[in-house]
Amino acid sequence: MRLIDRIIQNERTELLNTTRATSAVVLSSRIRLARNLADSVFPARANKSQRCAIVAKCGTAIESLKGIKNPVFLAIDELNDRDRQVLRERHLISKELCEEPEGAAVVMDQRQGCSVMINEEDHLRIQFLKSGFNLKALWKKVDAFDSQLEQSLNYAFSPEYGYLTACPTNLGTGLRASVMMHLPGLVLSGHMERVVRAVNHLGITVRGLFGEGSEASGHVFQISNQQTLGESEATIINRLAQVLKTVIDQEINARFCQLEQKSLQILDQIGRSYGLLQNAYHISSDEAMNRLSFLRLAVDFNMLPDKCRVLIDRLFIACQPAHIQAAAAAQLDADMRDCKRAEIIREELQQLPKLDMNFTPN
Amino acid sequence: MAKSVKCCLCDQPATVHLTQIINNKMLKVDLCEACASEKGLIGAQVPPGFSFEEVLKDHELHPIDAPKSKVKCGECGLDFSDLQTNGRLGCEHCFTVFKKPLAGMIQDMHFGQKHVGKVPEQSLASINSRMKLLQLQAALSEAIETEAYEDAAKYRDQINHCKALVEIESIS
Repeated sequence: MRLIDRIIQNERTELLNTTRATSAVVLSSRIRLARNLADSVFPARANKSQRCAIVAKCGTAIESLKGIKNPVFLAIDELNDRDRQVLRERHLISKELCEEPEGAAVVMDQRQGCSVMINEEDHLRIQFLKSGFNLKALWKKVDAFDSQLEQSLNYAFSPEYGYLTACPTNLGTGLRASVMMHLPGLVLSGHMERVVRAVNHLGITVRGLFGEGSEASGHVFQISNQQTLGESEATIINRLAQVLKTVIDQEINARFCQLEQKSLQILDQIGRSYGLLQNAYHISSDEAMNRLSFLRLAVDFNMLPDKCRVLIDRLFIACQPAHIQAAAAAQLDADMRDCKRAEIIREELQQLPKLDMNFTPN
Repeated sequence: MAKSVKCCLCDQPATVHLTQIINNKMLKVDLCEACASEKGLIGAQVPPGFSFEEVLKDHELHPIDAPKSKVKCGECGLDFSDLQTNGRLGCEHCFTVFKKPLAGMIQDMHFGQKHVGKVPEQSLASINSRMKLLQLQAALSEAIETEAYEDAAKYRDQINHCKALVEIESIS
């Protein structure tokens, strides 16, 4: 079995550890650190041999760390387009890394809770991921990993600007903390735009599922800090966490309001999504995401058991174009992808219990 | 972030700051929320083909006068126009070479202008010589720019000395 297929078929990834009800609104938390090596030009201005030297140096340093279990090393230029896309759909690598594949690499652990990109915009992009709302615990892990790595790599650092990064927006801590949030309540009640505007004022950015410029399909949003210089890591994380708590409250509130005031519409959407996903033969990724979103809402309302959340979250990933093609082990056009997607969803959702209409939402 | 800029259409405090680069000229507009939404610049996504000149045609635009600087980073070759078009630096020395234009960018981007937070233990020891080296390199570029060649020669000697120090510290 190819390494990449093992990554796709791993059922015990961190991203799918969402059975608990605490994952109701926040799907996952993620912290990344941008780091560069001292005395080496940044990746965009480095030539091939310089880039390869950085990959070799960082790769060895990372693989020998204790903080990363069973590391998997992948050279980006040795992967085909589909495999790169698969990693991107899992948020393990970024678009930028795919665009400059020569002398670029990623090291990750088996559970895909940690991935380090080498020669993205910066020499190192260290990323840790955890299911649910978990920023503080996550920071401890990233911090420890970074400190260990620092023993063998000499970082570019200035007392004034902190960790030096290619883009001035990442200077200082180089830290971006973000959470993936499922916000159907706020979207359906039409409050989302107001929330976006309000959090923007606090230096917090809201993006779609796949970052900058992407659509928020499936009512999933990525919310993160914008500023990195002038505040400590703890301050940045605390402020973000505080704002997010408010957003969670607002979301839960909005869900109950919808359920109270527009009960029929909500139940209708959930019921239709349930029926449609189990019976469709042709479904676009957008429609699938939005329908799955209603099914996830049904789990949160206790109309389906908690364990179904993992199934839905797995489908969120499996419905993405590259994953569909990987499952079919073939290059498919959009039309054929829509058929294959419908087939995968039908099969997966066969075991779905009936919707419990005497539910008490929590 | 902390600056209070006024809206260029009315006198309300500006909360929307837009920058657009046209023909290598950076244009900057500060608007209050009301004016920005009236011009259709917030809310839904900004239309991809939008231009300040069109949106604000009755108002004067202030291009930021970019001094035609010839400064170039000696280490990675990045010059000022690269920095302006990409907004990316090429190496750690760029931070000294482009200190002035950077200060403005950083002020607009961040809550503060000085790092507060984690400091790599390993580099704590060598920070002093390293900082010295960066300062000397900046002084050298300036000396070359102003054609003060005697100073430049002096700085070059000091840099060599300092480089050796840094080297020793990185071994130990």
